[in-house]
Amino acid sequence: MIEVDHLSKSYGKNIAVNDISFTVEKGEILGFLGPNGAGKTTTMRILTGYLPATSGSARIAGFDVFEKSMEVRRRIGYLPETPPLYPDMTVHSYLEFVARIKGVPGGDITKRVDRAMEMANLTDRKNELIKRLSRGFKQRVGIAQAIVHNPDVVILDEPTVGLDPKQIIEVRKLIKGLAGEHTIILSTHILPEASQTCDRVVIINRGRIAAVDTPENLTTQLKGSERVQMEVRGEEEPLREAIDQVEGVTKVEIEAIENSDHLKAIIESESGTDLRGKLAAAVISKGLDLFELKAVSLSLEDIFLQLTTEESAPAKEAAVVA
Amino acid sequence: MKGMIAVYRREIGSYFVSPIAYIVVGLFLLVCGWFFYRILGYFIAQSVTAQMRSMQMGAPPAMDVPGLVIQNFFGIVSTIILFLLPMLTMGIYAEERKRGTMELLMTSPLTEFQIVLGKFFAGLTLFLVMLAPTLIYQVIMSAYAEPGIPWAVLWSGYLGLVLLGAVLVSLGAFISSLTESQIIAGVATFAVFLLLWVLDFGARDSSSTWSDIVGYLSILRHYDDFSRGVIDTTSVIFYVSLASVGVFLTQRSLDSMRWRRA
Repeated sequence: MIEVDHLSKSYGKNIAVNDISFTVEKGEILGFLGPNGAGKTTTMRILTGYLPATSGSARIAGFDVFEKSMEVRRRIGYLPETPPLYPDMTVHSYLEFVARIKGVPGGDITKRVDRAMEMANLTDRKNELIKRLSRGFKQRVGIAQAIVHNPDVVILDEPTVGLDPKQIIEVRKLIKGLAGEHTIILSTHILPEASQTCDRVVIINRGRIAAVDTPENLTTQLKGSERVQMEVRGEEEPLREAIDQVEGVTKVEIEAIENSDHLKAIIESESGTDLRGKLAAAVISKGLDLFELKAVSLSLEDIFLQLTTEESAPAKEAAVVA
Repeated sequence: MKGMIAVYRREIGSYFVSPIAYIVVGLFLLVCGWFFYRILGYFIAQSVTAQMRSMQMGAPPAMDVPGLVIQNFFGIVSTIILFLLPMLTMGIYAEERKRGTMELLMTSPLTEFQIVLGKFFAGLTLFLVMLAPTLIYQVIMSAYAEPGIPWAVLWSGYLGLVLLGAVLVSLGAFISSLTESQIIAGVATFAVFLLLWVLDFGARDSSSTWSDIVGYLSILRHYDDFSRGVIDTTSVIFYVSLASVGVFLTQRSLDSMRWRRA
């Protein structure tokens, strides 16, 4: 549905997007993840035809976004970072206006506007002025605006930014509901969002793609090893001995927990092993008190940090920090 | 065409909810009404004096009061709109850019010309709405005027005003498309209009080749013919081309936004 091919964009000497390529299948939700200023918005603006690319090309539904801009614009719905709202219009008249400029045939306008309001849960606010709506409702109007003409592709730039947790959940649900029928690209710098809503994630940093995969694959692929964290009361020496007894341990780190006599140990082993049972038995047999034992999985957050921090910084350090 | 109408309708709707449009239209009507009253009073007094003099001297009274009133009134109105129109045009694009709604328009299947023309005609429509109530003055005057109102002069004067308004709206819209700030757009438009006015003034006073050229290019000079009841095709073409240049420049300006935006 969307093909991006060696796309670059520079503003003068400043390179905002540097040679990125990816594809999105029909009905998929693709997450665009990256720190602020990574080039997410620029990429989206190029896809919508708002900005021309410096080099490379992008096609939506087979149409080049630059050469066949009008065809592309008819097929996309776009929510920019700040929802493009007219504060003095009512929700209903605003959506009607958008439907008109998006080229919805006159007879379908009422139907489409009603449907968009229903999907975004705005029906009981239809006659309210947009300027009187709360932030969350404005965002919903922004999303309704992006889907009112039933586009093939919906591009959402940070759709949940500035919303409270309840609103975020609602918006995520709304986005998930759109998938299948629509192909969706959404950008975010919030990781759980990408892992919860998206089928695939593109991690972008400094204008370059750092990784493209499903959230699960990214996690396992980068994990490399299993990790167990335990909290124990006792001396460091016997603990180390106890852990060393267990077969399969590749690395041990022990440190004291501040303001207590407890120790924290992080134990690594080969991928696919689970040493928790053996570790517990070993520690207890040494007469130490075991307070906590848990497997640590690398969250998307760790991966994100690994991929987006300087390459000189060792990956494991980032994981420990998290 | 449908896209243009949608833009036009939204724009008109936005004028009717914006306080600034009401303020400008109200102010315009207030100032116009006052000037009309003063001009009318002045010429009536003049004609009374002339009549008394003619009774004493025996010469026939030769004053066309309605004609003189109309001519002077149009002269004043053109100056008033020069000062008021920047307030109506300053927000046309600057506000859309500031609110981010320009991004919506530019990513919709609308050509830049559809956007520009929709907005231009909406601005012009508001100008017509602003102008329409001044017709009441003429109707009232016609009820009492002897000799009657020279209707041909009246209509040609209004035609001139509409053409002048079209030029000013398209120019103001262009300036508005250059900035995100309404204030800057308003001040710049005002400065440009003031310059047009001053140039015209200067050109009238001197008589050199330069002043002839400036005089020809002066948008107010061409307007004089209309207010005297002369519809000169060159003047009509002059105004229509100027308005088209404004529309064209605005289209270029919107197009360049894509390339400029950082």
